[in-house]
This record gives sequence, C-alpha cells and structure tokens, in this order.
Amino acid sequence: MATARKLVDDTQTNLPFAYRQYSAAQLKEVLRKMYLIRRFEEGAEDSYTRGLIHGTMHLSIGQEASALGICMPLTTSDQITSTHRGHGHCIAKGADVKRMFAEFFGKTTGYCKGRGGSMHIADVSMGNLGANGIVAGGIPIAVGAALSAKRMKTGKVVVSFFGDGANNEGAFHEALNMASIWKLPVIFVCENNGYGMSTSTARSTAVKNIADRAAAYSMPGVIVNGNIFSEIAEASHAAVERARAGEGPTLIDSKTYRYRGHSKSDRNRYRTKEEIEDWISNRDPIALFEGELKDFGVIDDRGIDAIRESVRVEIEEGIEYAKASPSPELGDLERFVYTEQA
Amino acid sequence: MDATPRELSYSQAIQEAMALAMEADERVFLMGEDIGVYGGAFQVTGDLVERFGADRVMDTPISELGGAGVAVGAAMTGTRPIFEFQFSDFATLAMEQIVNQAAKMRFMLGGEVSVPVVMRFPAGSGTGAAAQHSQSLEAWLGHVPGLKVIQPATPYDAKGMLLAAVADPDPVMIFEHKLLYKMKGPVPEGHYTVPIGKAEIRREGRDLSIVATSIMVHKSLEAAELLAAEGIDIEVVDLRTIRPMDRATIIASVKKTSRLLCVYEAVKTLGIGAEVSATIAESEAFDYLDAPIVRLGGAETPIPYNPELEKATVPQVPDIVAAARDLVRGKR
Ligand SMILES: Cc1ncc(C[n+]2csc(CCOP(=O)(O)OP(=O)(O)O)c2C)c(N)n1
Ligand SMILES: [Mg+2]
Repeated sequence: MATARKLVDDTQTNLPFAYRQYSAAQLKEVLRKMYLIRRFEEGAEDSYTRGLIHGTMHLSIGQEASALGICMPLTTSDQITSTHRGHGHCIAKGADVKRMFAEFFGKTTGYCKGRGGSMHIADVSMGNLGANGIVAGGIPIAVGAALSAKRMKTGKVVVSFFGDGANNEGAFHEALNMASIWKLPVIFVCENNGYGMSTSTARSTAVKNIADRAAAYSMPGVIVNGNIFSEIAEASHAAVERARAGEGPTLIDSKTYRYRGHSKSDRNRYRTKEEIEDWISNRDPIALFEGELKDFGVIDDRGIDAIRESVRVEIEEGIEYAKASPSPELGDLERFVYTEQA
Repeated sequence: MDATPRELSYSQAIQEAMALAMEADERVFLMGEDIGVYGGAFQVTGDLVERFGADRVMDTPISELGGAGVAVGAAMTGTRPIFEFQFSDFATLAMEQIVNQAAKMRFMLGGEVSVPVVMRFPAGSGTGAAAQHSQSLEAWLGHVPGLKVIQPATPYDAKGMLLAAVADPDPVMIFEHKLLYKMKGPVPEGHYTVPIGKAEIRREGRDLSIVATSIMVHKSLEAAELLAAEGIDIEVVDLRTIRPMDRATIIASVKKTSRLLCVYEAVKTLGIGAEVSATIAESEAFDYLDAPIVRLGGAETPIPYNPELEKATVPQVPDIVAAARDLVRGKR
C-alpha cells in the first residue's frame, strides 16, 4: 500500500487528501480492508457466542478507518505495537484472517500458536509486534523499536496504537518524553473513543484533547476525525515523513467511537443508547468512506457488492480453516518460554 | 436459631464486607478502575456507588502506580482506603508503591506512622484471559516484610478477613481467585472478623496433610473425598494467610499425618510450597515424616490461551488424587 499513485492531478486541490494521493485500486482496497476488519470481528463475536472461542475479546467495530488510515504510508518493514483492541491494526498491517481466526480458536496454525489469543494477536512477519493486555504496555516498546531503527539506520518508522485510557499511565508519559529527547522515528496514535472501559476522558483526563499532552513533550499534537479515512491518512503521511526525516515523534489524537461494549462483560451503563445510535447512524466510518468513493466516482454499487461478497467468502474460509486446524499438544506446554537452543 | 444459614457468593460476601466497613467508619472508602457505575471488572463493588456515592466509591483513571500511591498516602494520613486492582497482574505496575512505600513506611519512620491500606487483587487462571491476566503473584508480595498477604478460600472467610483487613493498622493484600467469585457459601449477616495469620483445618484426616491455598483448597477437598472411597484419610489445611504464615498449624498437622503435599496454583518453584516444605524441614515435624514432601504447583510457563493448555498449567483434581495416592501408598 505504500507506493502512492495519484488518482487525479494536483490542480484539483479541493479534493480531500486521499483522493489526491491514492489510485482508485488503492482506495478500493482500503474499503475492502475496512469490511474485512468489520466482518472479521463480527465473525469472531459470533464464534464466541457459539462457544467456539473462549476468554474475552475487545472489538474495534466503528474504529476501522483509524487503523487503515494510519497504516497507509507504512511499508511492510515498518512496525507497529497494538492494544487489547487490536484486531483492526493486525489486519491493516497485512495479517491473514485465516491465521487470526486460528489463533482465536487456540490452534497451532494461529499467529501465536494458540498461546496468545485475541489479546496478544500479532504478526511479526508483517511488522506487527503485538497486541497487548497491559494498557499502555506497548508504548515504550514502540519507542524501543524506534531506537533500534535509529541505531541500526534501518529507515523504519514505528507506530504505537493506544487508547485514550492509556494516556493516564506513567508509561505513556515516560515513553513520549524519551522519544522526543532522542528524536526517534515513532508515531503515537491515540484511538480516542471517548472511554477507557466505563470512564469517560472527561472524568479521567485533565486535558481536553489527548493531543494537548504533546506540548509537554515538545512534539506536534494533531487532532483528526478518526472516522474519516482521508483525514487520518493525511495526518499519518505527515507524521511518517517527519519521522523518516529524523525530526522525531508526533502524537495523533484520532477521535472515534466503539460500538460494542468494552469487552464481553459490559452492561453499557456509562453511556446512553442515543449516543451509541447517533454514532452508528451518522458517523459510521465505512458508510462515510463508501459515500465519498461513490461521490468521487471511484466505485459504484456493483463494485461495493463485489467487495462485500469477496470479504464474506474470505471470512467464511478463515473460520473453516481455524476449525480444521490442530490444537497444541499437551506435551508442548512448556515450549516457547525460553529460546530453544541446539 | 435459623436452620438454614444464609448463603452468599464470594463476591457478594466481599461487597457486603465493604458496605459494612463504610457504614461503620466514615474513613473507609473505595478506589479502583471502573468500580463505580461499571460495578468493577468482576462486579464485586456492584451497585455500591449508588448507596455510597462517587465520593466514596471512586473511579480512578487507568493509573495503577499513581492510584496505589494515592491510597498509601491517604492511609498514612487518617483515612482507610480499599484499593481494587482490576487484575492482580497489574500489581506489577504498582510494585514501587506497594513494596518500597506501603510496606516500609512505618519501619523507615521508626514507627511514627502506620499505613492501614487494603488492596484487593483478582487473581488466577481459568478464564481464558491468557498470560497477562491470569497470574498468581501472591508469593511475590509474601516476600516483603511489612505487608500482610491473605488468600481467603470461602465466602465466609472473604467477608471476615476483609473486615479484619480494614481494621488492621498495617497494609493487607488480599488475593481473590476469580473462579471463586461465583461460589456460594454460608455467610452470617452483620459484622464479624476472621483473624489474619490463622490457618484452618477444612477436613481432618490421619494419612496425609494437604496444605493448600485459595481455589486449591476446594480441589483438594474434592480429591480427599474421592480418596476416602479408597480408604485414604486426608487432612486439608487451608493456609488462608501466607504472610504471616501459621506455621504451628502446619507443623501440628504433619506431626499427626507424617506426610505433606502442598497444592497451590502459582508457579511451583520458589513459591509457597517451598516455604511450607521448609517450615517442616526446619521443625520437629521433620522427624515424623514417612515420605518425601511433594509440591504440586503451576507449570514453569506463563498461562497459555488455549483452554486445554491452560487447564494443564495448574493442578487439577486428578493430579491431586494421583499425587496423594502415590504418597500414601509409598510410591514416593
Ligand atoms: C495496566 C492495565 N490496567 C487496566 C487494565 C484493564 N483494562 C483493559 S482495557 C481498559 C480500558 C482501556 O481504555 P483505552 O486505553 O481507552 O482503550 P479502549 O479500550 O477504549 O480501546 C482497561 C481499564 C489493563 N489491561 N491494563
Ligand atoms: Mg478508549
């Protein structure tokens, strides 16, 4: 996805960024991935309800544009760290849904060989260093990866995804400070869905915008509408450019919303049905993006149907693959704890 | 007297204890992540915010280190906070305040202050929450002088020990196994305490002492019933407190049965089993032993996500049955 080809020439500057920056094929692929994330999570949710998946999971339905927009300027060798709400990041970074489902089903063919599950989903081959069960746990790790990139002159940039709740952990503050003093190629992406579990940012956070935190660490703090793909992609391009040029980190505050409960044990007592309904019907990132694509003549209804159908098939095949895959052997219980040496 | 005692679940028992403590003492209040309208990650605080208000059932930001530190500071200065960690695994983020501050403050200041803070830790595996949400870290804190560390195994003890913890002038760490929250048992109404530092014999027997903690007490009792059918008579000791440990009860039990099996969920090595074993090895009970001491603990691995692997990581009833039988039948 990294190499950009322009859909229209630069004189049409009234078009939003994405439609100046990307080809029609690239934009269609973005739409496909948005659907892939949503249907993947619906498929996972359904499998959970049927008792095929155990534990718990955190769904990012409603936040798909943010994962995709941020990953647009990244190459496969660039890296990310992700969160407990990390399925979308994983897919956006290039993972195969077959192996993600296999992980959720606890199978050896899963990305973590059945040891990690939803909360630790990763795809190291595509630069995803992993979801994380610890709020803010991935932020310093991303800074460490960026330190490697700088020391080893690999030219890589690193993105750290985290939620609004994470901005109140010490790890967030310590990590941003170090990234700034060492001018590391890292981008801090707060997927600000307004709540950390039941606690709204208004109740948990002393500043109005997470982006306001950037000032304390001398880096740009950018606010974007996290449900508008083009806005996010534009902010990500600018931050990646800055990082690659050796100018240091950026903090992006991507305002979005999660439709589902925090996890599988949420009574949704802390927000109203009207609020949820308003986001779903008026600000859905897929609906907004589809509308734009149609307005700008990138795709028609038949094209959209074809995408939905191909995603449906891919999800169905993914679940079948997971079901048919083998479970780990009990004898392997203590494997992977240490590096196996010859 | 009422023939059938009232039953509550373990989590209801804790909730009732917190409510009683707050009713009885203005200084008591609750802090934690999502303990207000959400009711706590495991619904232990439930609707307490409606009864006591958001001032006394305080939602904190996601800030374990800072939150624990605020609780320590508040406890040092006249209040009695009960601080809930959402998962015991997150004690790791707050280790500084627990280990360097709460545990040592009174000592460092020559006894001029005390730190009557209570911290609650939902612990253990069995929920499919994988490596970072399933650990049993009680022995970590048990290693620190200045802390008291308890693991109530029944609803009765959960209430009585929490009330004892609130009344205690020193920091008390409570590890609550998540799989116990729904377990029901008799719980009297009103205020009562169960002493910290006292083990409890849950089942008397002659052939073998099982010293167990938390959920393993129940698994051991189940194993004991199965073995009773084979004529093996097992004593089950519920340790209840791991610091300070009730060594006298363990020693007396082993002197009676001459055999010891330790059963606990935390990783086997360098844990509670080692401490219980050493207690016997260093005591007069050593001469009474008819067989080597055996420990059953968690495998040497983080908790895996896959449900079969997860089960295989910690002792289960058949493991306890097999180990106990081998010990008594002299196969050790
Ligand atoms: C250190 C730590 N504290 C608490 C939790 C429990 N927890 C998991 S997700 C979450 C809310 C996170 O909120 P946010 O960062 O906004 O991400 P979101 O869930 O909204 O995507 C909490 C409290 C945790 N996993 N790790
Ligand atoms: Mg959030």
